Amino acid sequence: MAKIDKNFLDIGYTDHLSRQLTPIHQLDPRAKLVTTLVFITTVVSFGKYEISALVPFFIYPVVLAAMGNLPPAYLLKKILLVSPFALLIGIFNPLIDRDILINLGDIRIAGGWVSFTSILIRFILTVGAALVLIAVTGFNAVCMALQKLGVPKVFVVQLMFLHRYMFVLVEEASRMVRARSLRSLGNGGAGIKTYGPLVGHLLLRTMDRAQRIHLAMCCRGFDGQIRIMKPLKIRPIEIGFIFGWSALFIFMRFFNIPLLMGNTITEFLR
Amino acid sequence: MHMADALISPAVGGAMWAASAGLIGYCSKKVKQDLDDRKIPLMGVVGAFIFAAQMINFTIPGTGSSGHLGGGMILAILLGPYAAFLTMASVLTVQALFFADGGLLALGCNIFNLGFFPCFVAYPLIYKKAVGRNPGEARLFTGAIISAVVGLQLGAFSVVLQTVLSGISELPFVTFVLLMQPIHLAIGIVEGLATTAVVIFVGRARPEIITAAAESAHIGRVSIKKVIVGLLAATILTGGALSWFASSYPDGLEWAMSKTSGSDELASSQKGLHTSLAHIQEKTAFLPDYGFKAEEIETTTEIRKSWPAVDAGTTVSGLVGGTVTLLLAGLIGYTLKRRKQKLKTQPVDASDV
Repeated sequence: MAKIDKNFLDIGYTDHLSRQLTPIHQLDPRAKLVTTLVFITTVVSFGKYEISALVPFFIYPVVLAAMGNLPPAYLLKKILLVSPFALLIGIFNPLIDRDILINLGDIRIAGGWVSFTSILIRFILTVGAALVLIAVTGFNAVCMALQKLGVPKVFVVQLMFLHRYMFVLVEEASRMVRARSLRSLGNGGAGIKTYGPLVGHLLLRTMDRAQRIHLAMCCRGFDGQIRIMKPLKIRPIEIGFIFGWSALFIFMRFFNIPLLMGNTITEFLR
Repeated sequence: MHMADALISPAVGGAMWAASAGLIGYCSKKVKQDLDDRKIPLMGVVGAFIFAAQMINFTIPGTGSSGHLGGGMILAILLGPYAAFLTMASVLTVQALFFADGGLLALGCNIFNLGFFPCFVAYPLIYKKAVGRNPGEARLFTGAIISAVVGLQLGAFSVVLQTVLSGISELPFVTFVLLMQPIHLAIGIVEGLATTAVVIFVGRARPEIITAAAESAHIGRVSIKKVIVGLLAATILTGGALSWFASSYPDGLEWAMSKTSGSDELASSQKGLHTSLAHIQEKTAFLPDYGFKAEEIETTTEIRKSWPAVDAGTTVSGLVGGTVTLLLAGLIGYTLKRRKQKLKTQPVDASDV
């Protein structure tokens, strides 16, 4: 539980990071969203044994994080913490694919390890890019971008509501859990018998809250449209951002830069 | 069972994005038609409730482990399939963005696996049929457990299909199925228990909520056939179009580019550049692209003394180049950061954290 509590504090911190005023933060959210999607698609389009050609792609999250003034330690920690699913499935690769793919002097490396490493790198790149996107853009701005890009309004409003009330309800739930554990010996009160009423009460209160929110919104003239003060605008700099990065991604997709550089360096050393 | 970006190919990810986006559009239209805007704050707050409820665990008798609510089924019971699907999709989107659960490209897969199956298969075909118009507690119990299990089984199977079709993981189909289905049988039963516990409590305390939900969800009007046909069409179209990009040879993209550009010129100039580069490489490089020919073995062994890994030219070059690239990327980031700190444009307020 403590872990989830902390995770939610982290969300608050991400929101805080997204309120800075660096040049990256001031870009139109659509530009960042589209570029990040191009980035992720390019990264996952590589063959499964690719490692070296993936490495240059670190440039995108690194530059954005640096220019957006994001603390690298925080990002790394978040990447390490998240969903072990990719690793859990990936770790089977070395067990199953045992054909030797690389001979490095006397060390022989099986194809499975190569593809597992590739999965790890993809994982860091894609997850990192998503985290950086939200930390330099902010959730509400991403939602506005989604709406401008054609996502139905009902869904966008739904996302904004969810984000807003998540904090309130999570705090309420964590108070309930704390109260329950203070009143139960060990796991005494944690069975399904108390679970139903506990969560049920939370649900009922949630629904009453929704009712009050709805009334309050109607009083203030809500008509299904969420308006923002700052209009979104695509300037030449956004166009440059999208096409500049996309061109770089496509270049890195076709030319294995580390291999070319490595060839030059090994030749030089020789 | 969140699918991850690292495990999927663009074809699978794109196809599932198309399918999920289509479903979101369809459900949004339905919710808008069906409803007063009262359900909109309800959906948002209930979505937040799913997050909160996941913090509350209960112990599973006899095992020592604990379980919690997953979401899909209880949302469908409370809100009806369309609103439930939208709510589940929003929960997964927030998870993908903030917790990096799954990823942006895999979001389509996740919405489909965890939203479509409980809302549009398990709920109308099992829960509604089992529970009927006037739900008693026993029927509610049976309906919720079976539909939760079926929804999760289908979702897990879909994860397997998506992973195997993507071809990044080496897990063979049968092994993966045998791994996933039993685990999700257990998870499904726990999910069913949690769902029933909450639904039965709400049914006792405020019966009108459950009956109103049962009546307002005009599931009779859901034309599942239309949904599925549309989905299939979208999936096949996108999957087909994108699979050119997904072929495991890197040439797939080049091929597609030459096709779309309408002439071979781009491709041939690429090839030309490639071959000329390769020539330069061969002439200048100490380690040509792929190892050495059989006749050259003698020279290879000779060189081995001076450099530990000559028989793997590509590998060494890749490793050296990769490391240098990584260092460069880090250096660029560090420099940018240093410059930023000097400028002090907008420092983070530490007291706020």
